[in-house]
Amino acid sequence: MGISLLFVGSRAAPEVNQLIISSIGDASFLNPILSQDSASSDIDSFIFNGLIRYNRDLDRFVGELAESWKLEYGPEPKITFFLRKGVLWHDGKEFTAEDVKFTYDKIMDEKTNTVRRSSFELVSSAEVLDPYTFRVTYKQPFSPGLESWGIGILPKHLLEKEDINTAAFNRKPIGTGPFKFVEWVTDEKIVVDANPDYFEGRPGLDRIIYRIIPETALTEMELLTRGVDYAGVFPFEYRRMTQVPFLNVYSQPSLGYTYIGYNLKNPLFQDKRVRRALTHAINRQEIVQYVLYGLGTVATGLFPNHLWYSNPHLKPLPYDPQEARRLLAEAGWKDTNGDGILDKDGKPFRFTLITNSGNDTRRDVGVLVQRQLREIGMEVTLEFYEWSVFLKDFVNVKHFDACILGWSLSVDPDAYEIWHSSQIEKGFNFISYRNPEVDRLWEEGRREYDLERRKQIYWRIDELIADDQPVTFLYVPLGLSALQKIFFLLEKDATGKEILRPIKMEKAGLMYDLQKWVVPRGITMER
Amino acid sequence: MLAYILRRLLYMFITLIGISIISWVIITQAPGSPIALTMDPKVSPKIIEQMEKNYDLDKPVHQQYFLWLQRLFSGTLYSFKDGRPVLEKIAERIWNTLLLNGVAILIIFSLAIPLGIFSARRQYTLMDYLGTFGAYLGISIPSFWLAYLLILGTVKLFGYPVLGMRSFVTEDFTHVEIVMDRIWHLILPSVILAIGGIAALSRYTRSSMLEVIRQDYIRTAKAKGLPDETVYYKHALRNALLPIVTLFGFLIPGLIGGSIIMETIFAWPGIGRLAYQAVLARDYPVVMTINTITAVLVLLGNFFADILYGIADPRIRYP
Repeated sequence: MGISLLFVGSRAAPEVNQLIISSIGDASFLNPILSQDSASSDIDSFIFNGLIRYNRDLDRFVGELAESWKLEYGPEPKITFFLRKGVLWHDGKEFTAEDVKFTYDKIMDEKTNTVRRSSFELVSSAEVLDPYTFRVTYKQPFSPGLESWGIGILPKHLLEKEDINTAAFNRKPIGTGPFKFVEWVTDEKIVVDANPDYFEGRPGLDRIIYRIIPETALTEMELLTRGVDYAGVFPFEYRRMTQVPFLNVYSQPSLGYTYIGYNLKNPLFQDKRVRRALTHAINRQEIVQYVLYGLGTVATGLFPNHLWYSNPHLKPLPYDPQEARRLLAEAGWKDTNGDGILDKDGKPFRFTLITNSGNDTRRDVGVLVQRQLREIGMEVTLEFYEWSVFLKDFVNVKHFDACILGWSLSVDPDAYEIWHSSQIEKGFNFISYRNPEVDRLWEEGRREYDLERRKQIYWRIDELIADDQPVTFLYVPLGLSALQKIFFLLEKDATGKEILRPIKMEKAGLMYDLQKWVVPRGITMER
Repeated sequence: MLAYILRRLLYMFITLIGISIISWVIITQAPGSPIALTMDPKVSPKIIEQMEKNYDLDKPVHQQYFLWLQRLFSGTLYSFKDGRPVLEKIAERIWNTLLLNGVAILIIFSLAIPLGIFSARRQYTLMDYLGTFGAYLGISIPSFWLAYLLILGTVKLFGYPVLGMRSFVTEDFTHVEIVMDRIWHLILPSVILAIGGIAALSRYTRSSMLEVIRQDYIRTAKAKGLPDETVYYKHALRNALLPIVTLFGFLIPGLIGGSIIMETIFAWPGIGRLAYQAVLARDYPVVMTINTITAVLVLLGNFFADILYGIADPRIRYP
């Protein structure tokens, strides 16, 4: 004890409303059109605003820098954004439609090293009608394009004369958002302070510190010593975290899933009965139980179950080895020579299952699947490759039998790039899935702006793909996180009185109401 | 001597060019690309092609190499990962790494040499066996494992954070407390970094000392009645430390090179971590520049060791 007193003494917690978030990686660009990593986008969301953003249930948009907007349907739809007046950049200049136009132009500029261009490629023109009105015209109806206007808007007056790829701005950004940039100490921390002039009102927290701790196993230590307030939690830490009296632990299904993709060019997997048999034979509940410590759900299809476009009537195919054997027999696969391996026309049911090395979860899934498929008489070889080799030599050139992979999705349901047959050649449909009805529905979904009608389309797609089982949808992991119990939401009730509410997990994430977070006075940490 | 130095410098220059060409080819031809490391269906292949063009990755290898050289020396070399000047990125971390490794090396030398002498003077006694045992333990314990244990132990015992270079909430600290806080955060990583070095260097010192004290002139010195202290510290130690001088060759690159593992475990923002992240992100400009700097330091270290050796040992003549 003596040493610790000598070095650190004992002190009371500081009287600032601050939140320390831990991250495994440093940010790269604090510039929403250049950043690709999650650390950068987290901080961008504190500093910058988009024109619109998703609401808390992720099923429609609400205005951010745009007060409202008008959609004109037709073969070349137009969106007119009516911008908020009197919004100030953190340096005091007023935000106008010129900034929006500038941001759009920079994204479209081929010299800009941005990966965001794809979502804007169907825009035919973007014009400033007056300082507070901005209009975009699309070449053809493209409803997923609306989401892309949530991208952070950049200040024209600060970047106009700079090379955006290397500008100093990317390290000391100026935005319109609820928090102002203060400092960035490389690989240590990024600090932002409350913006007192924020157009939705000053945030309740004075300061957010984004702290970089590269060794995830030690993040837990920091949570326990209050070196961080908020951090992601691994499944294996979850149970003991829930027992810490001063931590709140949250969970939420991730926007994404892990699956086994079958190369449909391989004759082995061309029969739908065989693919369904494979899914029946893989005990996904067991995988969730042992690989994810029970912290996940069996995936029903390609959409996350908690969002509006996932078909609620769909159930995952049950684990049923009997049914699997029956389907395989029907498709002609029987063990005729008694060696324990199914065969057909003298060829045994053998295939190689590949995934990327270094991902322990996928490795464990592979081992379980190998054993489960052995039980119904399939011989699976597991192989692991380094990520870039895995992509370059196997997945992208379709040189594989089956692979374990995962998709992280955007909120908009459009997954044309993954499933449409036009994407087999050069896109992300590397399993070579082809279903004309599904193709037509994806196209229709892109043309349709009405939520209710889009829902019907995606429900149907969900159903059709689940029926085809071109992949075995394995599981949707739960995203887990822990937060110190000192944070609350400060809200006004009907009479205008201020009340404190516990922080809830929303579909749009725990941080959806971040601007209302406070550390109430008089709350101290229990050790 | 001057001719020797000039010739060595010329050889070093040629070696350096060879190193940089070979590493450029290996680094850029290894699988993977700095663009779109993750599979994102919202990024079309067309955009990836355009980005490759922006980064000059579509040019032939030799042209890319010369572009790198030209940009490095004109100060216009930017990292792919965050668009910052590469030299600036390296410069801001070099002091952190110097501090950590400097302290570690200080600990190594100030403990290992006395330990080695101590063991040598008491060869085949219990203390010597204990020292040998301790040294093998120090060499064989995986440092990352020890680091975890010590971090867990420290946190359990003192309940105070140890990661990073400093505490996070330091606004109300006095100057003295800030210094104490920095020292507190330096102790664990530097001690762990030093353990392997102490073990190895004390072994070197011991065996080199043992070799020297068996020499005739030591026997002579003892025979003519010189006190033990003078024999050991004046006559034996000087000669025993000669081989240690060669270690300076490894010392300089070690000081700057950083330690990927310790810097990662202790969230220490140093060069090792920068290099490691750059390799993962295929950030060629950063990887190549750090690689070249390290090569220069290794060459310089060897060079200085040779010169120092000549100064310390008058028997050495330069051809």
